[in-house]
Amino acid sequence: MKTSPRSTPPEAPASAHTSLTDIREMVSACIQCGTCTGSCPNAHAMDHTPRQLWRMVLMGEQDLIFKSKTFALCSACYACSLRCPRGLPLTEAMAALKQAAARANVPAFRPSARFYRSFLESVRRHGRVRESEFMTLYFLAMKNPLLPLKFAPLGLKLMGKGKLHVALPTGAGRGALDAIFDKVAELEGRS
Amino acid sequence: MKYLYYPGCSLEASASEYDRSSRAFLTAMGAEITELADWNCCGASAAEAQSRLLALALPARNLAIAEKMGIARDLLVPCSACYLNLRKVTEKIRREPDLLAELNTVLSADGLQLSGGVRVRHLLDVVATDLGAHALRARVTRPLKGLTIAPYYGCQCLRPYKVFDDPEAPQTMSPLIEAAGAAVHPWQMGARCCSASLMTAKPEVGIALVADILTAARGADAIATVCPMCQMNLEAFQAKASRFAGENLAISVLYLPQLLGLAIGLSESELGLGFNLALTAGLRNKLAA
Repeated sequence: MKTSPRSTPPEAPASAHTSLTDIREMVSACIQCGTCTGSCPNAHAMDHTPRQLWRMVLMGEQDLIFKSKTFALCSACYACSLRCPRGLPLTEAMAALKQAAARANVPAFRPSARFYRSFLESVRRHGRVRESEFMTLYFLAMKNPLLPLKFAPLGLKLMGKGKLHVALPTGAGRGALDAIFDKVAELEGRS
Repeated sequence: MKYLYYPGCSLEASASEYDRSSRAFLTAMGAEITELADWNCCGASAAEAQSRLLALALPARNLAIAEKMGIARDLLVPCSACYLNLRKVTEKIRREPDLLAELNTVLSADGLQLSGGVRVRHLLDVVATDLGAHALRARVTRPLKGLTIAPYYGCQCLRPYKVFDDPEAPQTMSPLIEAAGAAVHPWQMGARCCSASLMTAKPEVGIALVADILTAARGADAIATVCPMCQMNLEAFQAKASRFAGENLAISVLYLPQLLGLAIGLSESELGLGFNLALTAGLRNKLAA
């Protein structure tokens, strides 16, 4: 990873390893009982239930998986992980799918990936996330002039309490956590 | 009782009243807290969605600093998401020695080293286990008589690691609420998910979860929370949730140390009560009575 100044966070390389083999390994003992689906607070909004998603992972249906909204809707409540009778790390497997989708630059996951990347860019620069800066980076990355309006009601509420400080992004060059971010990138073969 | 204290990013901004009330309450109860030096973001839910290693390295850096400071063995964390990210590293390196070596390769780039000696504790764990309802009752000067409180635990201080409470049917807040002189609202929603960052990323999904929780809280005077994400989701979207549910779901939402702090006589400004987004006139009247 280079540390040259940049105004928007970089996109993940499309070519990076997108194999689902590790994730298949994580859920290989799945017995398709559906306890995960029954425990999931967001199953109602998913196009495939968690149980169906694990079956797709076991069958290696990469295209179907990456078209599905299911893993992006995991809010990491860990109810499925707690209750899975096979003790599978299902919430971690959902996170691993998010990582794989970000690496593969999957179109349906692009807005979420940009959201997370903007957040981490603010962390790299300052060590801590600056809420208003990270949202500005996200708006810039999304290139949608109407998007900020969606967040205006909450922003105004927080501003009214003096909790939101409007600040333009700063420190695009050397960041507080460059050493950590660069080393991770190097070990993951991204540098 | 000495603790290292990790506020986390939210407590510096949108949850400043959680920071203020946690410090005030803990100190008043005799706990000695020292803020972790040069701490960094735990990665929240963003690092985990991008890189497995970064999601572990960010919290690991804080643990390494805590070891280096060496003031206390316990790292006290009020935010449930930070708590889980930090805790996850300590749980994983105990089971995977290779991971500890991998993390140390990353940390050495920043001049740090991790051995795994720090214990990560949630604020609620410290208040319920170390301080305890008994000591709290002895300190109460302004009992919260006539108030009914709905204890809301959320997810990540309970799951996946069972540390200090039942991850399905948590109860550690109840004795504390009763010791403060209030009654506990009977409900089954204490461990239900608030939708976390989905309320921002996919509001049409998140609002259903928020509305369910607020609906079940009807009849209580306030909801008590122990996480800035839960607090924000339950307090900031009440009008939207009310439109979604077709009924008025307005209710006061306070951080647990704000509530308990009131009972031991701390002032509203010491507890940052002016920063809450949802404090109803009904609750204010009962507090003034």
